Amino acid sequence: MAEKACLVDVTKCIACRGCQIACKSWNQLPAEKTTFDGTYENPPDLSASTVTKIKFREVAEGGKVKWLFRKVQCFHCTDAGCVKACPVPGALTKLEDGTVYLDQNKCTGCKYCIMNCPFEIPRWDATKGKAFKCNFCYDRTSNGLPPACQKICVGGAIQYGDRDTLIAYAKTRPGFLYGEKELGGLHWMYLLPVDDPELYFLPKEPKLPKSLIVWKDILKPIGLILGGGSILAWLGYHFLLMPQKEKLTKEAEKHS
Amino acid sequence: MAGLGPSFGRGAMTNHWIDYRNADVILVLGSNTCENHPVSTTWIDEAMEKGGKLIVVDPRFTRTASKANIYAPLRPGTDIAFLGGLINYVLQNKLYHEEYLMNYSNVSFLVKPEYSFKDGIFSGYDKEKRKYDMATWGYQMSPPGPDGKTTPLQDKTLKDPNCVYQILKKHYARYTPDMVSKVCGMPKESFLEIAKVYATTGKPGKAGTVLYAMGITQHSNGSQNVRAISELQILLGNMGIAGGGVNAQRGEANVQGSTDYALLFHLVPGYMASPDKVLHPILSDYLTKETPKSGYWVNKPKFFVSLLKAWWGENATKENNFCYDYLPKKSANYSWIALFEAMYAGKIKGLSCWGENPAVSGPNSNLEVKALGNLDWLVVSDLFETETASFWKRPGVNPAEIKTEVFLLPACGSYEKEGSITNSGRWAQWRWKACPAVGESKSDLEMMNELFEEIRALYKKDAKAVFPEPIVKLNWDYGKGEPNQDKIVKEINGYTIADGKPVANFTKLADDGSTMCGNWIYSGIYPEDGKNLLKRRIREKEGIGLNSEWAFAWPVNRRIIYNRCSANPAGQPYNKDKWLVRWNDTEKKWETRDVPDFGWKDAKTGEMIPPEKSAANPYIMQPEGKARLFTPVGMADGPMAEHYEPYESPVKNLLSGTQNDPAVKIWAADLDKLAPVASPEYPIIATTYRVVEHYQTGTLTRNLPWLAELMPNLFVEMSVELAQAKGIKNGDKVKVVSIRGEVEAIACVTPRLKAYQLNGKTVEVVGLPWHWGWATAAPGDVTNKITPHIGDANTMIPEYKAFLVDIKKEVA
Repeated sequence: MAEKACLVDVTKCIACRGCQIACKSWNQLPAEKTTFDGTYENPPDLSASTVTKIKFREVAEGGKVKWLFRKVQCFHCTDAGCVKACPVPGALTKLEDGTVYLDQNKCTGCKYCIMNCPFEIPRWDATKGKAFKCNFCYDRTSNGLPPACQKICVGGAIQYGDRDTLIAYAKTRPGFLYGEKELGGLHWMYLLPVDDPELYFLPKEPKLPKSLIVWKDILKPIGLILGGGSILAWLGYHFLLMPQKEKLTKEAEKHS
Repeated sequence: MAGLGPSFGRGAMTNHWIDYRNADVILVLGSNTCENHPVSTTWIDEAMEKGGKLIVVDPRFTRTASKANIYAPLRPGTDIAFLGGLINYVLQNKLYHEEYLMNYSNVSFLVKPEYSFKDGIFSGYDKEKRKYDMATWGYQMSPPGPDGKTTPLQDKTLKDPNCVYQILKKHYARYTPDMVSKVCGMPKESFLEIAKVYATTGKPGKAGTVLYAMGITQHSNGSQNVRAISELQILLGNMGIAGGGVNAQRGEANVQGSTDYALLFHLVPGYMASPDKVLHPILSDYLTKETPKSGYWVNKPKFFVSLLKAWWGENATKENNFCYDYLPKKSANYSWIALFEAMYAGKIKGLSCWGENPAVSGPNSNLEVKALGNLDWLVVSDLFETETASFWKRPGVNPAEIKTEVFLLPACGSYEKEGSITNSGRWAQWRWKACPAVGESKSDLEMMNELFEEIRALYKKDAKAVFPEPIVKLNWDYGKGEPNQDKIVKEINGYTIADGKPVANFTKLADDGSTMCGNWIYSGIYPEDGKNLLKRRIREKEGIGLNSEWAFAWPVNRRIIYNRCSANPAGQPYNKDKWLVRWNDTEKKWETRDVPDFGWKDAKTGEMIPPEKSAANPYIMQPEGKARLFTPVGMADGPMAEHYEPYESPVKNLLSGTQNDPAVKIWAADLDKLAPVASPEYPIIATTYRVVEHYQTGTLTRNLPWLAELMPNLFVEMSVELAQAKGIKNGDKVKVVSIRGEVEAIACVTPRLKAYQLNGKTVEVVGLPWHWGWATAAPGDVTNKITPHIGDANTMIPEYKAFLVDIKKEVA
């Protein structure tokens, strides 16, 4: 099966946010109670009920103004930190088409995925005690339909299709492609007008935490062979969470 | 719309949404297309993909502006100064489409020598009545020929000082780039960049389109704003071609349909005037005075009599003037502002509001909501309890003191009913019912049907009823409950009374009572029994996007009106790829992609009519057959667009000594307050608008939590500099105060708004959306509490887009 992907041409996005609504509608996610706090951007962050949103940035230079928009959601990385970190078989899976699928039924709520995503995507669903993120509308794509957010996009900013085809197309276009090589290749890629990913809230060289490599390649296999859930959890605690305890505490406070 | 009719003959978007993709340059002026008509972005994007340029001119840097190749700011209410600047640039640099101009416009026509223009006032002005006598704006006419006909005189050399070309050139000579910059607050270099790019569309074969919306119309001279766009587009030969046009983007899915069917106080269906008490007491007055001597409107009696037949059926006979006497005669101005003024004065006792929410949408809302309290009864039909339905329990009033009896009828949503809508591009499309209506809610049509049947029964029963005939004899027989829509569509299309067969189109209508037709411009939608063309759904596979077999576009399925002008007088298309009609000179026949909007084939013999003939009158609705750079009749406030300041303005008019549109009506109730010119109390310009996340008064969208989540509160956008001066931080609660009232909003401090430099004076601007009210989830203040009760001189559309305020940080 060919790997599927989305390509977002940020210059075509008009921030109508139809994608945010289509996502909530298809996935039946509840509305958040928000307030206008000086920007059109809302909800303020991803959450257990918001797995995609548009980030806005105003840039004023030399008397000219630019208003930049970038859609945020799970990148569905090839080299996915969350999949590597997850200690539970089947809770976070890399599917053949490139989707990184989170099965909440299997998730035990260890938060390793939240801690190890270089893009800070998965969120803590406090009511269920589990992690949550965009599943690339797998229930649609596995039935030959595009993701809901792509389907609604009126400006033609989002394209969905075979990853190779999208990359080939992107290379015929002016601008810079983000996501072809990053983390082994992303399945949400961006066409940027300037070679400055950070301007669009994208890390320049996304990397997995070093501790994750030790975990994934050495400790997790041993733990799984030993078959002891408690051993795995103990190992994970020391190698994945301890170094990032501060971040974890902050995250917990944010979502409590 | 009122500017389009006199310019070209019809009051409608000339092209259509998909056609945007054929443009070389798109000028978005007075519209926030990507936010308020988001699907249009698809077609704008296609044009840009092919190298087309997008120019956005707006007081604010909007989400549409974020896509633009060129953006320039413009002070609210100065569109004519800007457009006049473009007209002057095109004339001075001879960048107009000369062949087009000479053949298809009235550029060479001679205007009466009595015409004059002095210091902002055209000839014929009556200061007392604030009205123009248009007599001196007429053409010089030839002496009657052997057939008794007179025709306008022309000077093809364009040298006569009274010819339209010379008048136009003189009129706009004042609109220099420096003047544009001083009046509009637009940097001169931005103006020149736009002028240079847009004027390239004057080259034969190139197309420029102007997309506008309420940012153009909601001004005291809104209709003249449209005229200015029209004048520019005629000069550049951008009318009647693919990718061109003056494109009025309607604010709702069916606004075009509602005006076509005359949800307007001055018209009956099909853009015919509503009978006037003084002008048309009897039918013969109406037909004589309303029918011109030339142009397609000579057929008006056929359309009007067929309409009377549709209304009163067999009761309408030649002997009783087809029941013309049953028709109410207009004796005053019944526009929005006028109605609310009358209500405020206690002259109107009942109001029926269907799908409207005036408590939020009407200007000077404090006055209008108070006016609702003077009613005996109010009927509101809506999906939710709106602010209008709950005006009696609004914040700050004692419900016990309001005597109005309010009835709320539960209406169903658009997906719960069947019917048609007509989009901005004149496409009438059928909509099927997707799901059953919730609870007791009903379609407007069903409610109207039941209501009328009940009223008729009451009239029939009442022996003392006054003048019952118009009601009891009305031709209304659509069954019980949900009406038989097929029957209605057939009636709109029209049919021959003798055999009950639908007419093919309006050319088959008669003025002798043998046909009936509910709306002549839609005639052709139902050519055979059971065949409703509104239901057609055939997508175009190749071509330029006309989609001629998708639904139906009035008139007679023409997708781009005035399309004779897409070809030169010899019938050869200016753009060989995007042609609409072309004359095959070898075979001596017309080849057509679109339905020709001109005489191309003899209806009786089927013989082709050679191109020279139609080249003489390509604008078939006009008596002189031409597009009008100068309108001898039809505009209440002048034959050419002239800049006047908004009624509330921070500056004096630099272009003339006449500050405001001289034909605008001034209202005088105690709550009709206007801030003086350059008011020190209200030094900031305010403008209002909509955002993509909400729809109109927010009744539907504030009640949808997902949308309320995106845009939860009323906000006010302001520049960083203004916020600093006022000690306001982003996200602070502030008060926006006008002479009429105040609203509370959250500050959105942004570099997207900037103060204007107006002839040495710095003036700030703030912007507020108007989607909020007290009812429903996500409540917020009613922005219209601060807008003025001033209407356009022609249409009375309120001046929502430019007024004066001050802004204050709210102390917690």
